[in-house]
Order: sequence, then structure tokens, then C-alpha cells
Amino acid sequence: MRNKILTVTTVNEEKMNKKAFIKIMLKDEVLDPQGKAVLSVLKSSGYDNVKDVRVGKYIEVDFAGEVKDGHASLKEEAEEISEKILSNPLIEEFTIEIK
Amino acid sequence: MNNKKIKAGITVFPGSNCDADVYRVLNEVFGLSASFIWHKNKIKDLGGYDFIVIPGGFSYGDYLRSGALAARSPVMEYVKDYAYKGGIVLGICNGFQILLEAGLLSGVMLTNDSLKFECKDVYLKTLNTETPFTCALKKDSLLKMPIAHHDGNYFAEKKIIESLNHKNTVIFKYCDENGAITEISNPNGSMYNIAGISNENGNIMGLMPHPERSSEKILGSEDGGYIFQSIIKYIKER
Repeated sequence: MRNKILTVTTVNEEKMNKKAFIKIMLKDEVLDPQGKAVLSVLKSSGYDNVKDVRVGKYIEVDFAGEVKDGHASLKEEAEEISEKILSNPLIEEFTIEIK
Repeated sequence: MNNKKIKAGITVFPGSNCDADVYRVLNEVFGLSASFIWHKNKIKDLGGYDFIVIPGGFSYGDYLRSGALAARSPVMEYVKDYAYKGGIVLGICNGFQILLEAGLLSGVMLTNDSLKFECKDVYLKTLNTETPFTCALKKDSLLKMPIAHHDGNYFAEKKIIESLNHKNTVIFKYCDENGAITEISNPNGSMYNIAGISNENGNIMGLMPHPERSSEKILGSEDGGYIFQSIIKYIKER
């Protein structure tokens, strides 16, 4: 009996515990002052083969339940979150991986 | 109309830090009736206010992007309703960033090209005097005001810049003390030295420098006071 309950829990957890791994980068045409600063430090530290550095953000979003109503998939929901809130589409672009 | 009858609302988010300065200037210097609107305030209709100020600071610690989280807080929905109905909204510094993130103004603020937090006096050239924020000024007036920001490097795609120019909604540009708009007088790399813009209708303005820190002689400049005087004049004459 006990085993059975445990099994059910595991299945639910598997179903519910998806994460979106979201990478946000400034668009290529937007100057990245932070990247430029890191680049200059790398160069002055002797890594003179480094050509360019861009600094971005990496965000993990942990979903606790089913996909929100009105969305076909978690990917779609994560795309909406990324577009509306996590990134600013004027200057940034993002990629999403769901695991 | 007595100044005391003019009601101003000052939004307060966790991390706002110029709210008390704005409060002091509006109440003590100009004798208005200004009060705070906490971000969790449940008053949905802001129609009772004559104007709203979104003050500077570091709302939500500048997490994600400056102004991004505050722009999505409930009180901003009410500010949006208010602004769409023609209400006067002034965003100062972080308030400007919040207006951009909320989509009430166009464009975005990047990190200063100096990579430094810039805290100093700058000069501004007044380009448009037909707004509630500048109607007490003469065209090309020079104003001395302090800036204090890390992300004030205004950026927008070409289409938006063209629209700002076409609609005359670039209100202030950084300039030198003689009024020349030069690269050296640009403190943050802002496109075309843009320091303040409005929406097309002119009722919403974002401004990076701090008028509330330059409205009293003891603070070194009273020029910021013209912004508030303009708002008062506009409200009294409308």
C-alpha cells in the first residue's frame, strides 16, 4: 500500500517538476559595456588571444504544476514569460531549454 | 487656485529613495498637497490626483533590469490607466526607467558608457515647452540639475528615434554650460544626448536628472523647480 502511494507521488513529481533554463543575451548590435570591461581585464591579464566577451543572464524557472491555462506547452509559457518580463525585446534575445 | 488644492501622488516601491525628497519639495517648497502611494496600495482609481510622480531610487534593487520589476507591480497598472486617460505622470531617474519598462514611454536605458555610476551636475537644454512639465520655461532654456545613475544611457531603435524627433517629444538634451549639445557634455552615452522624453500626447515625461534635488537655493540650483512650477501652472490654467 505504502509503496503504491510513493509511486504515485513520484509520477506526479516527474510530471510537475519541469524547469525552464533561459539564457538572455544582449543583441549583437547593442554595445555590452560589461562585456567590454571583462574583455579589457582578460587582455591585461595576458589572455591576448581573446577577441570579444559578451555578458548575459541565465535564469532557471521551476514550474510546480501543469502548464498555465491558454498555453499549449511549458515551452510556450516560458517563451511568454521571457518575452514579457525576463527580457527586454528591444535590446535582448533569449533561448529556452525545458528539462 | 490655491497650491494646497493641487494633489500629487508619489509612488513608493521597495528601494525608492527619492520619494521623501519629492515629497518635501512638493509640500514644503511649492505648498502642494502631496502624499505617498505605496506599491501595494489598493486604491485603483488614481483620478483624485492632479499628477503622479514616480521618484528615483533602486526599486527592487535594480534586479533583472532597472525598473523592470516595479513596472510590473500592481500600482503601475493603475498608473497606466491614469496616464492613458491623460493624467500627468512624471518619472524621475529610476521613475523614467520604470516608465520605459512599463511601455508608457519608448526606448530603454543601457548601462552608462563610462561603466560608472555618474553623480554630478549637468546642464539641460529645453527643446519643447509645450508640455505640462516645461510650460513655464522658454525654448532653449538651460537648466542645471544633478544626475545620479548607472543606467541612463538612452537607447532606441532608429524608428523610435525618428518618431521622437518627428513628434517633438525629446524634451531635454544634455548640453554644456553654453547650451551646445556636445559629446563631452553627454554624461552617459545616451543617444543624441537625450535626457528627457515624453509620450506623443505630452502628458507623460521621463527625466534622468533630478529636479527635486535642485529646487532649493541651498542645494546649489533652483532650476529643477521650473519643472514643478510648470506642472502647477499647467494645472491651474487647464
